[in-house]
Amino acid sequence: MKRAVDKRMLWLLWIVLNVSAGSTLMYKVFPAEDKRIFLPGQTTHGHYQIEMSCNECHTPFMGVKEDACIRCHGDELAKAQDSHPLSKFKDVTRLDMLKQVKADECIACHSEHNPDATHSMGVTLPDDYCGFCHQDIGEDRPSHFGLEFNTCANAGCHNYHDNRALYERFLRNHLDEADVLEDPRVPQRGEPRQMGPALTANDADADTRGGPMIIEAWAEDIHAAQGVNCTACHTTDEPRSWVDSPTPEHCGTCHKNEEQSWGQGRHGMRTAAGLSPMTPAMARHPMHVDAMHSQLDCNACHKGHDFDLQFAAVDACLQCHNDPHSNNYKDSPHYGLWQQELNDTLPAGSGVSCATCHMPRIEDEAGRVSVQHNQNDNLRPNEKMIRSVCINCHGVGFSINALADRPQVESCYNEQPSGAVETIDWVKKRVADIERRQREAQERRLKSKNTKKNLTEDDL
Amino acid sequence: MKKHITLKCALILGTLTGIIALCTSCTNSEAASTGMDPRVVADCLFTVMEADRAIYTKKIVSRIKKEGKIDAVEEWEDSGNMHLPLPAQMFRMAAERAKDSKHNSAGFFYQLKSPWPINAQNKPTTDVEKEGFDFVVANGGDEPFYGEETIGGKKYFTAIYADVAVADACVTCHNDHEDTPKTDFELGDVMGGVVLRLPAD
Repeated sequence: MKRAVDKRMLWLLWIVLNVSAGSTLMYKVFPAEDKRIFLPGQTTHGHYQIEMSCNECHTPFMGVKEDACIRCHGDELAKAQDSHPLSKFKDVTRLDMLKQVKADECIACHSEHNPDATHSMGVTLPDDYCGFCHQDIGEDRPSHFGLEFNTCANAGCHNYHDNRALYERFLRNHLDEADVLEDPRVPQRGEPRQMGPALTANDADADTRGGPMIIEAWAEDIHAAQGVNCTACHTTDEPRSWVDSPTPEHCGTCHKNEEQSWGQGRHGMRTAAGLSPMTPAMARHPMHVDAMHSQLDCNACHKGHDFDLQFAAVDACLQCHNDPHSNNYKDSPHYGLWQQELNDTLPAGSGVSCATCHMPRIEDEAGRVSVQHNQNDNLRPNEKMIRSVCINCHGVGFSINALADRPQVESCYNEQPSGAVETIDWVKKRVADIERRQREAQERRLKSKNTKKNLTEDDL
Repeated sequence: MKKHITLKCALILGTLTGIIALCTSCTNSEAASTGMDPRVVADCLFTVMEADRAIYTKKIVSRIKKEGKIDAVEEWEDSGNMHLPLPAQMFRMAAERAKDSKHNSAGFFYQLKSPWPINAQNKPTTDVEKEGFDFVVANGGDEPFYGEETIGGKKYFTAIYADVAVADACVTCHNDHEDTPKTDFELGDVMGGVVLRLPAD
């Protein structure tokens, strides 16, 4: 009898333990937001914000989606005129290129959840990976003979994907530029659209919501001036109802480019992935303690009823960011220029705010200028900043030197760059070499007695 | 009685099987007799490619260069300049698009290659490519080359058509390019070729 009771107790205990464990697991799998127990390894700095949204990258049974990377990074790579597009490695006659690394898959070089093997840019290959395919570079380019393959991408000469500021012909066109150009200014923002006649406080269609202080603030703000009334932002379409706190999606009704690019960067990627908004507390970078629980949305930098773009350009950033680069900004010459622009000592576009570099003004093919809200678009590798930012004011050589000077990056460019990257000198030597070869080739052609062809274009 | 029934069934079944086999073989023969020679298919495709590129070169690029406002340059994509792609770049982009096109049910693809490429990665690599380029260069581009090869376990019918310098711009650009391995091209020279592959499985 006693043995039967003991057995029943053991069974009961076993069932209770299993049900508890199973329930906890099911809770973690489905409703719980914190699924970190399933993480096989720490995520990279680029993805940690959305690591709880496994299905961004993974299929239901934890395979990797075929378009996992291209879905978010495809447009950026296309704009960068990717030097190593995936299509390059899908040539069936060049399967030899895939022998050492399957470069036709992003994850061959950027493997997630692999913190011990992860270097900068999320690369999980050895530093000298260029040597996998370019072993013969010393023969093609004698100037490269003997160079170590772990210096290709960190010497201010080459990037794997984005070489828009580093390709040879671009550098040749910018060889002897001054450190500071003659008219150093960034493009002006496009004029805001007039959505209707300018509105006053009496025109507000918010009924009694908000109160007089908010109505007054709105009436003095640019939205009212551009004819944007309360319901334009504070109502949903289906069903039509009032919304106290418009989401970035609401703002995107008019500010589509800004909302989309914001969702691609570090400020908005969580929201874009359907997760709770980013807060400084979640960040891996150092942030101010008193900002830890501020939620990142459009209002965090420029409030809807107080659309202060000057605040958004500097103080909005510094209210959260607490790293050496940010903390040194107000001691930098760039900040001095910004203050001079604000007090009209210098023309518009002369100042350099945080946004000038990290959320630059970009011009589309139609000539419209807007603000890039993906602050990550030109962040790493930092040569990506040259075309969109630096060369508005500085020569290319100076820009390369400054960006390569790590202490200056940390000090927020308080002084002149201390060293010189050899990129420009190498290009100058190559230009001289090319011109010599072209002269010699021309002389050979003139001397040539080849009469095989006296053809003209019309003959062909 | 039972034997007669069995024999009857066997006769009927055999006759039916024979009729079906005959119909199938007729159908197959019909398909075989109307299947196109892969050389003809390759020629058709190349005809269109060559025509498109020639018109782009002669009627668009050459005219725009004369106008002087827009140019066709290698770094055409660079922002801030309104330029056109070079004919070879247009050709390559079209090749990439065609390869991935939903209309390309046959899975054919084509590439521009050369024994003297600006980019060393565009050299002939397979034995058939090397043989083909030797052939078309030797005959001055008058005759295409046809061959068969197996790459990565798949069989292909491969055709190579010579790319002839039809414009001064072709010759001067290639001769003067900083990365060219050959500096004495002339009008009418074979500069490279189009390698077209049709899956043969």
